Amino acid sequence: MATFTLPRNSQIREGKTWRAPAGAKNVRNFRIYRWDPDSGENPRLDTYEIDLDACGPMVLDALIKIKNEVDSTLTFRRSCREGICGSCAMNIDGLNTLACLKPIEDIQGDVRIYPLPHMPVVKDLVPDLGQVYAQYRLIEPWLKADSPPPPDAERRQSKEERAKLDGLWECILCFCCSTACPSYWWNGDRYLGPAILLQAYRWIADSRDEATGERLDQLDDSFRLFRCHTIMNCTRTCPKGLNPARAIGEIKKLLVERQG
Amino acid sequence: MAKELAERTTLRSPLGRVRGLGASKSGAHHWWLMRVTSVALLPLSIWLIFALAGLAGASHAEAAAFVGRPVNAVLLLAFLAAAFHHTAYGVQVIIEDYVRSEWGRIGGILAVKGLCALLWLAASLAVLRLAVGGVPAAAG
Repeated sequence: MATFTLPRNSQIREGKTWRAPAGAKNVRNFRIYRWDPDSGENPRLDTYEIDLDACGPMVLDALIKIKNEVDSTLTFRRSCREGICGSCAMNIDGLNTLACLKPIEDIQGDVRIYPLPHMPVVKDLVPDLGQVYAQYRLIEPWLKADSPPPPDAERRQSKEERAKLDGLWECILCFCCSTACPSYWWNGDRYLGPAILLQAYRWIADSRDEATGERLDQLDDSFRLFRCHTIMNCTRTCPKGLNPARAIGEIKKLLVERQG
Repeated sequence: MAKELAERTTLRSPLGRVRGLGASKSGAHHWWLMRVTSVALLPLSIWLIFALAGLAGASHAEAAAFVGRPVNAVLLLAFLAAAFHHTAYGVQVIIEDYVRSEWGRIGGILAVKGLCALLWLAASLAVLRLAVGGVPAAAG
């Protein structure tokens, strides 16, 4: 059966508390998941009291402040701090999002931060993304065409054809959606998940691509595609405001269409 | 697969694992049938509810005569076909979602489909006996 409870060595225990400096007035608690593979201990939830008057506005600012000033062992991914690289995807206040785009003031009470759900954890807030990257490779996310491009020119697209890629090309592969999907939690080894299926549709919808049928062949599978039960967590959680559920629906429609 | 990874019993590359056995090329048909049967069940279920409400308090003979009418018999047979197909396919999806072991999955799906097929045949036979075979003598 699908596993609904954490194994004993994954159960989260209460961790350390790091007090705010004396005199801090605007203090918020950051409750952060910590796990160190080298310690052999269970994961724990550390509490960091942060003075928001001496901190930037976003959750990522607080994490960087903690790492710089409070506890340098806290481990997380981050790069661009403006919602373009997708590195700082994590579960904040119960919803997967990018720490750099999530204002602290939008959160009531303690700020609870966990790694992306249901992925193997490398350390603290860093998930192992090896499987999703392999799934991304599986859909062959590059232009496939037998016709050569016009000499000394790019392959052309009408404005209407280009418009079909809007809402698809903006995906930054942060995997907030895939890791929010219960179907991906239970069957992620075979189901490709919303992020990868949105990317698959990005190439299926591209008028310049000549491998549409091959791409559909690869997805016509009760696990790879049809584990999507339109739960819509993907669309709700996408920090870029995209709609992977719609992209998946379009792929399903195309598969039915070609049956005749 | 998570178990195999955690216990280090597989060293296969991630790409090899996700490519696995390839696509079955049969998912769309199952998904489409689920949609078709659910749309068909909408009017059929509403008709059945009204028909059953109209039969409230009716005698056995009246109920048998109702089922025996050709239009009612055809609609009932259509309802049974759609309902049992929809149930079997729907429970199959639930089993595929939650049962991890391959044998549990196949066994569960076969059991559910077998049960639904038998119930569908039994229920259809009951309708056909009233519609084609006439009202049984015992019912007067």
